[in-house]
Amino acid sequence: MSQQDKVQPDTNPPRTGTPVLSVRGATKRYGAVQALAGADLDVHAGEVVALVGDNGAGKSTLVKVISGAITADTGTVAFEGEPVHITRPQDAQALGITTVFQDLALCENLDVVANLHLGSEVRSHTVLGEIRMERAARDLLTSLDVKIKDVRTPVASLSGGQRQSVAIARALLGDPKMVILDEPTAALGVEQTAQVLGLIKRLRERGLAVVLISHNLSDVREVSDRVVVLRLGRNAGTFETASTTQEEIVAAITGADAYGKAS
Amino acid sequence: MTEAAAKVPTTPRQPGGGLFDAARDRLRRGDLGSIPVAVGLVLIAIVFSALNGHFLSAENLTNLALQMAATGTIALGIVLVLLLGEIDLSVGSVSGLSAVVMTVLYTQQGWNPVLAVLGALVTGAVIGALHGLMRTKLAMPSFVVTLAGLIGWLGLMLFLLGKAGTINLPFDRGIASLSDTWLPPWLGWALVVVLVGTHLTSSLVTQRMRVAAELAAPSTTWVLARSAGLAVLLVAGLLVLNADRGVPLTLVIFGGLVVLVDLALRRTVWGRRMYAVGGNAEASRRAGINVTQVRILAFVGASTLAAVGGVLAASRLAAVNQTSGGSDILLNAIAAAVIGGTSLFGGRGRAYAALLGILVIQSITNGMLLLNVDSSVRFMVTGAVLAIAVAIDSLARRGAADGLT
Repeated sequence: MSQQDKVQPDTNPPRTGTPVLSVRGATKRYGAVQALAGADLDVHAGEVVALVGDNGAGKSTLVKVISGAITADTGTVAFEGEPVHITRPQDAQALGITTVFQDLALCENLDVVANLHLGSEVRSHTVLGEIRMERAARDLLTSLDVKIKDVRTPVASLSGGQRQSVAIARALLGDPKMVILDEPTAALGVEQTAQVLGLIKRLRERGLAVVLISHNLSDVREVSDRVVVLRLGRNAGTFETASTTQEEIVAAITGADAYGKAS
Repeated sequence: MTEAAAKVPTTPRQPGGGLFDAARDRLRRGDLGSIPVAVGLVLIAIVFSALNGHFLSAENLTNLALQMAATGTIALGIVLVLLLGEIDLSVGSVSGLSAVVMTVLYTQQGWNPVLAVLGALVTGAVIGALHGLMRTKLAMPSFVVTLAGLIGWLGLMLFLLGKAGTINLPFDRGIASLSDTWLPPWLGWALVVVLVGTHLTSSLVTQRMRVAAELAAPSTTWVLARSAGLAVLLVAGLLVLNADRGVPLTLVIFGGLVVLVDLALRRTVWGRRMYAVGGNAEASRRAGINVTQVRILAFVGASTLAAVGGVLAASRLAAVNQTSGGSDILLNAIAAAVIGGTSLFGGRGRAYAALLGILVIQSITNGMLLLNVDSSVRFMVTGAVLAIAVAIDSLARRGAADGLT
């Protein structure tokens, strides 16, 4: 089966071009723990790749390698076909890779406009360009169809889904090529989860490469194009979401083989 | 119409409706702003003027203005560190030490008074930088750093004062005349016209720019009403002060510093980053903000403003002595910042908190002195007011939080 072919994972018809990001054989050891043992990952423009696996499967470690939070022991990373070395978060940002971590990193006391421009305020000399920032914030949120009544509301009084949307929108201000989302729907209600999933689909429509880490397989099945399963730091299968059942994914995650074959 | 307009972000909000919405949203979040303090001030005025008709006289209100400038300036520095969720316990000692440095430079080294004052400010700034470095580079809690500062700088001040323990300033010239300088009536009026004119012009320009950018803008009526309100407050104050000796220069200095710090906090990148670091330091760091630099600058600001307060206090007393910057100055400065609405947990508060808070505290002190009440009662009342102010704020916020869930 071509989906489970680990050596050449991108032989699927819709994605024949050069991947935006390509990781090969990434390994990382923390003392006695082998967090990554040769993981591969390919992500194309306009594609949502879900990265799934049980706790300790290496999802977070792989994402940290890509976002520059840690450096892999061995393995190669290619960005748009060119080999790159990502050793610091700034390296990843310079390439156009941005990560929205689970804690969102928002300042709850500041309003939406200020949070969107945190660290990259519009200014003339030292004076804030409030009007330009508010206009940019409103236009960005409107283009993403994020509904926030007043962009001057402090983030503390927004719902969980709105906060997640603000965090994702902020990631887009730097005009990235690839967005990594760490558990964006954890702790959200049904309606707010739908809002965030809708936002992820609009990221794909914009032609961004999206990596989605999630434990929620129904969310994964709703928005992703491909599912990459990690198990014990290795790839345990790559699936086309549209032609895969939830049982097959669960089997790959747990290591139990639904078809009685050794994995 | 206003409801619909408010929900669709692409349509500018209807000015009046949007305004009420914003005010209602703020109240719903438990953000009472300066309403409790304003109510408190009115209550204080009613009670004390009923007990002593002299309380609201021009002479007494002028004295009040003179009394609050020094500690108010120190409270302004406290606001800066509180915004970061830090504390500075050393501001009293630093104000005393800076005043002594200034006095020594002026009276014993024969420096020009302006240079002597600059020397005091530099002393404050260097001490603040030291506190900031200890807080950031050594990761010491600011409580401990500034507690050490409180004790240590007090010791240095006593050392500089020597055995005499008191150094007098020539009271008819130089630094002492600072607190005996009064604006002539015409200059007071000119100041009010400039302030209100600047406020109105900048509000109108902002309104035009917001309309041009298709953003929600306040109505012209509201802009005019706000500037008119400011004008009424300033003119009332001016009439009272002109009925006595005029506007004291020390009040102009304190008021000017409050306005400057307020503009810096609300309108500059530095101010935005103060609030950001106070709100979530880790998020600020990840967003590329130099958190260490922001923290050090806040301590430099607090100590420098403490030095200004020390100079003002020395000027008023025309001397420095062993109690300079001591007794209840530190406690009043922190209490003023908190009563004015600054959060101890960082990220919330405004420069005007220092002005409003010191107005409350100094009114109580002044009123109690007029009534010849013992200072034991004064401390108890001030303590109760501080507790009530914070309790009202907490209750409003908790009520709002309950409402959200």
